[in-house]
Amino acid sequence: MSDFFFARSQMAMSLAFHIVFAALGIGMPLLMVMAEGAYLRTGTTVYLELSKRWAKGTAILFAVGAVSGTVLSFELGLLWPGFMGKAGAIIGMPFSLEGFAFFTEAIFIGVYLYGLSRLPPLLHWLSGVVVAVSGVFSGIFVVTANAWMNAPSGFRFINGQFTEIDPVAAMFNPASFHEILHMTLAAFVATGFGVAAVHALLLLRNPGSHFHRCAVGLALAVACISIPLQILSGDLSARAVGRLQPAKLAAMEALYRTQGGAPLLIGGLPDDATRSVDDALVIPHGLSLLLGNSASARVAGLEEFPRKNWPNVRIAHWSFDLMVLSGFAMLTLAGWSAWIWWRRRRLADHPWLLRALVASGPLGFVAIEAGWAVTEVGRQPWIIYNVMRTQDAVTPMPGIAAPFLAFTVLYVFLTIVVVTLLRHLFLETSGAVPESPSA
Amino acid sequence: MYPLAAAVSLFLSLILYALLGGADFGGGMWDMLAVGPRAERQQKLVARAIAPIWEANHVWLILAVVVLFTGFPIGFAAMMTALNIPITAMLIGIVLRGSAFIFRSYGSQSGPVQRRWSMVFGIASILTPFSQGMILGALATGQIRVANGHVATGFLAGWLTPFALACGAFALDLFAFLAATYLTLDARDQPDLQDDFRRRAIWSGAALVPVAGVVFLAARHGAPAMYHGLTLWWAPLLLGATGLCSLVAFGALWWRRFAVARVAAAGQVTLILVGWSLAQYPNLVTPDVTVANACAPNATLRLLVLALAAGALVLLPSLIFLFRLFKGNGPD
Repeated sequence: MSDFFFARSQMAMSLAFHIVFAALGIGMPLLMVMAEGAYLRTGTTVYLELSKRWAKGTAILFAVGAVSGTVLSFELGLLWPGFMGKAGAIIGMPFSLEGFAFFTEAIFIGVYLYGLSRLPPLLHWLSGVVVAVSGVFSGIFVVTANAWMNAPSGFRFINGQFTEIDPVAAMFNPASFHEILHMTLAAFVATGFGVAAVHALLLLRNPGSHFHRCAVGLALAVACISIPLQILSGDLSARAVGRLQPAKLAAMEALYRTQGGAPLLIGGLPDDATRSVDDALVIPHGLSLLLGNSASARVAGLEEFPRKNWPNVRIAHWSFDLMVLSGFAMLTLAGWSAWIWWRRRRLADHPWLLRALVASGPLGFVAIEAGWAVTEVGRQPWIIYNVMRTQDAVTPMPGIAAPFLAFTVLYVFLTIVVVTLLRHLFLETSGAVPESPSA
Repeated sequence: MYPLAAAVSLFLSLILYALLGGADFGGGMWDMLAVGPRAERQQKLVARAIAPIWEANHVWLILAVVVLFTGFPIGFAAMMTALNIPITAMLIGIVLRGSAFIFRSYGSQSGPVQRRWSMVFGIASILTPFSQGMILGALATGQIRVANGHVATGFLAGWLTPFALACGAFALDLFAFLAATYLTLDARDQPDLQDDFRRRAIWSGAALVPVAGVVFLAARHGAPAMYHGLTLWWAPLLLGATGLCSLVAFGALWWRRFAVARVAAAGQVTLILVGWSLAQYPNLVTPDVTVANACAPNATLRLLVLALAAGALVLLPSLIFLFRLFKGNGPD
C-alpha cells in the first residue's frame, strides 16, 4: 500500500474522530444553556443539576475536540502541502475566522465551567450562550472551507497557479449554504438523539427519576425540531450536488447510465466493470422525481465522465443510503414522540419509545460519518473539485504508515477513555448531584 | 506593508502563546517534578491555576498556524514537509497533554489512576515545548533548502542539529521559569507552596543564563543568519533591556514581590522572543523562504489583517475578562 493511501487514511481517520467531538461541541452547549435557562426561569433545581452534569460532559468532549482539531489544522500541511501551498491564500480566510470563533469559545468555556461561584447567575448563563453561539460559528467557518473544495470559486487557475484571488467570493461559494445548513443541523440532531438515548436508558432503569425525565425532554425537543428540518436540508443538498458535482451525485445514486425517468436505487452492489447494480431496491422514476420534480427528468450518469474522474461508487452509494436511512429512522422516532406529546400532553415516556430511543442513540453520528464519507469520497479523485487532484497534493514524505498507525492507536485509546469517563459520569453516579468543578 | 503586518501578527501570536500557553506547559513540568511532603498540594495548585485558562491559551498556537497558512502558504507547506517528524511529535504531545489533564480532572479520583494521568500529563508537557523549540530552531539553521516551492533537503535536515536541540532545551527552561514565577502568585494563600515555587523560579531563571549562552554559541555555526542578526546594532540594546528585566525579576522573587516578579519575568521572556523574531525576520525558513517571497497575494493579506484587527477587538476584552475573573488579586 502506498504512502498516498496512508495519507488519505490518516486524514479520514482524523476527521472521523474529530467530527464526533465537533458535533457534540456544537450541540452540548445548547443543551447546557437550555437546562440552565430553565433553572433560571423556573427555579427548579433539577435543571441546575442537569446543566452541571452536561457541562462536565461538555468539558471532556470540548478538550478532546480542541486537541484533535489542532492536529487537523497541522495535518492539512503535513499530509497535503501541495494543496495548502497553493490554496492556503484562498481558503485561509474561513480558517482565520474560525480561529477567532474558536478562541471566543475556549475563553468562555473556561468562564462557564469554572465561574459558577464567581459570577452573577445571568452572566454565567450568558457566558454559556456565548459558548453555544461561537461553537456554531466555528462549525460554519470550517464547513465553508470544505464547501470551497467541492465548489471552488473566487480565483482564476492559469498554468497551475491561482491568480485574481478573491477570498470573499471563495467563502460565499455555491456549496457553502447547503453544506453549512446540513452540518449545523446534523450536530443538533446527533447531540439531541445521542443525549436522549443516554437519559432514556437511565429512565428505563429508574422510571421515577425526575432528573432523567427532564433530560430526555430537553434533548428530545432539540432532536424533534432539528430532524425534520434536516430532512428538508438534505433534499436541498442533493439538488445542489446534482447541479454542482454531477459525478458525485451519480456515484451517490449508483447511476451509471444517463437517462430520463431515472430510477432511485436503494442498496445493491454497484459494479463499475459492467456498469450495473445488482440486487438494489428499485423505485422507478424515483431519482428523476426527487431531483427534477418530474417523472421523466434527465439525470446524468457516470458514463458522462471519464473513468479516471469517478469516485469510489460503492463507498459513495452505500454511505449515502446509510445516511438517508438513519435520517428517516430518526424522523420516524421524532414523529412518534411528537404524536405522544400531542395526544397526551406529556413527555414521550412510553417504554417502547424509550427503548427505541436508546437503540437509535448512535444514529445521528452514523449519519454524520456516512454523510462526510459521501462528501469527501464523492469528491475524489479531486482535492479541489475539477482543479487539483488529491494525488498531486500529497506530501513527498515517505513512511506515512507510521504516523497513521500512531494516531490511530492514540485515537482508539482516547475513545475508550472518553467513553469510560462519560459512562462513569452518567451511569455510575446517576441520581447523585455531581460536584461542581469549581468547588 | 500587508506582508509586514501579517508577519508581525504571526510573531505576536507565537510570543503570546509562549507567555501564556508556554507557562501551562511549564506547569505540567512542575507537576511532574513535584516532590517532597507537599508534592500533592503542589500538583493541586498547578491544576487549579491552569484549569480555567489552558484551552484559551492553547488557541494562540492555532491562531499562529492559521495566520501562517493564510498569509504565507508556501512557507507553511515547506515547514510542514521538512519538519514533518518533529511537528508530528509535537502534535502527539499536544493531544496527550490536553487529554491527560482533562481526564485527571474529571475522571476517577483513585490514587493510581491519578498518578498515571499525571505521568502522561508531565511527559507530554516536556515533549511538546521541546519539539516546539527544536522546530523554531531548525527554521533558523539554514540547512532546510527550498527550491521552486519544494523542499530539497529531505526530512531530517535542521532539527537534529545541536542548535535546534539547544533551542528545545531553552524552550523547556523558559516555560518552567515562567510557570514557577506565575505559580508564586497562584499560591498567595499558601505561604509554604509559595516558597517552593519561589525557589523553583529562582533556580530555573538562573539556569536560563547558561542555556541561553549555549544557544548563542551554537548559533555561531549552527544558525549563522540568526547569529548575524543577534550581533546587529539593536542586539545590545535588547540584551540590556532583557538583562534589566531579569534583574528585576530576580530581585522581586528574592524580596517576595511576586506581582512585580510576574510582570518582569513576562517582560524578560517577551524581550527574548522579540529578539528571536527580529533575528529570524525576514526569513521564515532560512535562507530560501522569506516573508516577501512566501506571502499570499495582497487581496488575501488585506482581508487577513482586517480580520485580525476586528477579531482582536472582540478577543482582547474577553481575554481580560477571563484573566481578571481567575487571576485577579481578589480572594481565591
